[in-house]
Amino acid sequence: MIAIALQVAAGAVALSLLFNGYRLLKGPALGDRIVALDTMVINVIAVIVLIGMMGDTATYFEAALLLAMVGFVSTIAYCKFLLRGDIIE
Amino acid sequence: MNGVMDIAIAALILLGGGFVLIGSWGLVRLPSTMERLHGPTKATTLGLGALLLASMLYFQAKLGIWSVHEVLISLFLFITAPISANMIAKVHLHRLRIGAITEPDSIAGPPPRPGEDGAWATYEAPEQKTQASTANT
Repeated sequence: MIAIALQVAAGAVALSLLFNGYRLLKGPALGDRIVALDTMVINVIAVIVLIGMMGDTATYFEAALLLAMVGFVSTIAYCKFLLRGDIIE
Repeated sequence: MNGVMDIAIAALILLGGGFVLIGSWGLVRLPSTMERLHGPTKATTLGLGALLLASMLYFQAKLGIWSVHEVLISLFLFITAPISANMIAKVHLHRLRIGAITEPDSIAGPPPRPGEDGAWATYEAPEQKTQASTANT
């Protein structure tokens, strides 16, 4: 049962990555593209967690944690650059 | 691994996948940028929280040990998601003010004005006599 649930969830996450890609390519305002990139990072963390459960290994969690941190910092840096024209003033 | 744990883990995985999908669907479907912010920052974060809870229970049932990595990741995400949403909303408001956004308004219209002859707090210049602004002088 868990194997079927894992496959359904992997399909859902893959579909949502496609949705994010659509918004990233089209999204009229710049804010939309930043939101799409931020959501993509979160979805990739979901993919990593699902792969970890499928393969029965707890090896990937450090990668997920690092990716969460890098995604947050890059979103904030990009927003700061757009707001002030500079990241560290 | 007994039956109840099995059902609980499968239900949490399905719930997480569903919420992640709903968040991205909202990102595609909703009409304006301010509304599109809601999908990812709330639904997707909640869905990933459910997935991480499922993973924690799964490895507890499989290996018999509690792992704390998932708590770290979900705590970090739950703390930082509102901050990044706030920054993106600020970017949107500032670009709206300088006229860089030509997108037509949605049914809900633009965000309501803050009050009589006031501006958004993010538009105002920092006050001169605070500690933070005297640091550079």
